[in-house]
Amino acid sequence: MGVGIEVKNLNAWYGNNHTLQDINLHIPANQATALIGPSGCGKSTFVRCLNRMHETNPIAKVEGSVHIGDLDVYNDASPVEIRRRVGMVFQRPNPFPTMSIYDNVASGLRLNGFRNRRVLDEVVERSLKHAALWDEVKDDLKKKSGASLSGGQQQRLCIARALAVDPEVLLMDEPASALDPVSTAKIEDLIFQLKSQYTIVIVTHNMQQAARVAERTGFFLSGKLVEFDTTHKIFTNPGDKRTEDYITGRFG
Amino acid sequence: MMANTQYKAGKANHWRRFLANHLASGLAVASTIIVVAPLVAILLYLIYKGASSLNLNFFTQIPRPVGESGGGMANAIVGSAVLLGLGSLLGVPLGIAAGIYLAEFGRGGRLANFVRFTADVLNGVPSIVMGISVYALIVLPQKHFSALSGGVALGIMMIPTITRTTEEMLLMVPNSIREAALGLGVPNWRSVLSITLKTASPGVITGCMLAFARVAGETAPLLFTAFGNNFWSTSVNEPIAALPLQIYVYAISPYDEWHRLAWAGALVLIVLIVVSVALVRYVTTRGVLKGAS
Ligand SMILES: Nc1ncnc2c1ncn2[C@@H]1O[C@H](COP(=O)(O)OP(=O)(O)O)[C@@H](O)[C@H]1O
Ligand SMILES: [Mg+2]
Repeated sequence: MGVGIEVKNLNAWYGNNHTLQDINLHIPANQATALIGPSGCGKSTFVRCLNRMHETNPIAKVEGSVHIGDLDVYNDASPVEIRRRVGMVFQRPNPFPTMSIYDNVASGLRLNGFRNRRVLDEVVERSLKHAALWDEVKDDLKKKSGASLSGGQQQRLCIARALAVDPEVLLMDEPASALDPVSTAKIEDLIFQLKSQYTIVIVTHNMQQAARVAERTGFFLSGKLVEFDTTHKIFTNPGDKRTEDYITGRFG
Repeated sequence: MMANTQYKAGKANHWRRFLANHLASGLAVASTIIVVAPLVAILLYLIYKGASSLNLNFFTQIPRPVGESGGGMANAIVGSAVLLGLGSLLGVPLGIAAGIYLAEFGRGGRLANFVRFTADVLNGVPSIVMGISVYALIVLPQKHFSALSGGVALGIMMIPTITRTTEEMLLMVPNSIREAALGLGVPNWRSVLSITLKTASPGVITGCMLAFARVAGETAPLLFTAFGNNFWSTSVNEPIAALPLQIYVYAISPYDEWHRLAWAGALVLIVLIVVSVALVRYVTTRGVLKGAS
C-alpha cells in the first residue's frame, strides 16, 4: 500500500546554488502527483531529496524534513533503508547491462542478500506483470540481456526492477521523455494501474501527460513551489499568474 | 532550385568521398598489417628455430648437466607457473582494490592523486631495479633465494597496470548504472563490487591479462629472487626454475644444443602465454549474454 508524503521547509543546495527554497507540500497516498516546471527549476532535485539520492552528490546539502508515512526520512533511518521503501525510475532507462532480464528484476532483492529461488521467481514474474512487460519477455527471461530490449521495454524493465523490492512510493523523473509516443502511452497506462498500490510522484515537462495521469500537480519555478493543487484546478483555473503563463505556454 | 544545387553538390563530392573512403580503409588495413607483422614474424622464427628441439622429453625432464645431451625444461615450466600464480595472487587483488579506490572512493582526493602518481612511477621502474629491491627486502633478511621472493617481485610489477586499467574501466561505467543500484537501496560497497566492477569486468580482466603476459616473460626481477634451479622444486621457500631464466642461461651458454633448447623454451613460453590468456578470456566471457554491451 502507498503512504502519504509530508514535506516541510525543505531546502537543498548544490554547492552555493540554493536549488530548492522552502518547499512545503503534502503528497497524498495512492495517487499520482505530477511536478511540472521549466528545465532547471529543481524538479529532479526535489524528488531526489525524497529518497535521499540528493546526498550521493558530494557537493549537495539538504535541510528541512520529509515524512513518508510515519517515517522521518532524514532522522529515523539510513539512506539505504529509505531507498528500499521509495523506488525510483530515471529519465534514461538504466538497466544493468551485464544482467539478464530476470537478473535485472531480481537485483534489488539479491543485492540485499535475498536468495530463495522460488520466491525470487514469483517476485520477478509479478513485477514484470505489474510493469506490463511479462508477455513480451517471458520466453527469454534468462537468455536476453536487459540492454537488448527497446527503449520503452527497458524503461518498463526499470519499473519492474523498482517494484520488485516492494516500495511504498515510486518516484519517476521524466520516465517517458526519452521514449516514442507508443511507449509513452504504455508508461502512462501503467501509472494508472500502479497508483492503486503505490504513491506515485512523476516529474514531467509534458503538461498533457500531467493532466492525463495525475490527481494533483505542483508547479515549480526557480527552486520554489509556486502552486500545488488538484490537476484540474491547475490546468483550468490556476491561482498564480506565473502558473497560468507557464501552462498557456507564454514562457519557459 | 534548392534541390537541384544540392544534387549537383552531391555529384561533385562523389569522387572525393569515394577516394577519401578508400584511402581511409587502405590506411587502416596497412596499419593492421604493420601491427600484426612483427608478432607473426616472431612466432614463425621461433617455430623455425625451436620446433625441431621440442619433444616429449622437453616437457617431462629436467636439464641435464653440461656434456650430457637431451634433457628438458619441465621444472622451468612448472616453476614459471608457480611464480606467476604467486605473482597473480598478490598483484591481481591489490591492483584491482587500488583501482577501485581511485575510481570509486578517492576520485580527485589527495590520497588518490598520490596513489595514482605512485602507480605511474612504479610502472616506470626498470624490472632489474624491482629485482634488486625485492632482493634487499626479502632475500637478504631470509638469507636465501626463494620462489616466494620471485612471486612478490612479479606481483608488484603487475600492480600498476592492473590498477590503472581498473580505474579507467570503472570510470567508463556510466553514473546512471551506479544511481540505479543506489536507488534500489543497495549499499554503496555492494553496488561497487556487484554492479560497477561487474559491468567493467571485461576491461578489468584485459588489464590483468596484460599485466600477466608482461611479467610472464620477465627475467631480470627473477635473477636475484627466484634465482633458478636445475632440479625439481615447487616449494615457495626454495630457489625455483623459471622459463625466462632457463632461456637466458641456455642462450648465453657456448653450447649449440643449449641454444636450440633456448629457442624451444622461448617458443613454449610464448605459446603458454597465449594459451593462458585465451583460456582466461574464454572462461570469463562464457556466461556473457547476447546483446550485452
Ligand atoms: N549534479 C549537479 N551539480 C551541480 N548543480 C546541479 C546538479 N544537478 C542540478 N544542478 C542545478 O540545480 C538546479 C536544479 O536542477 P534540476 O533539479 O535538475 O532541475 P530540473 O529537474 O527541474 O530540470 C539547476 O540550476 C542545476 O543547474
Ligand atoms: Mg530533471
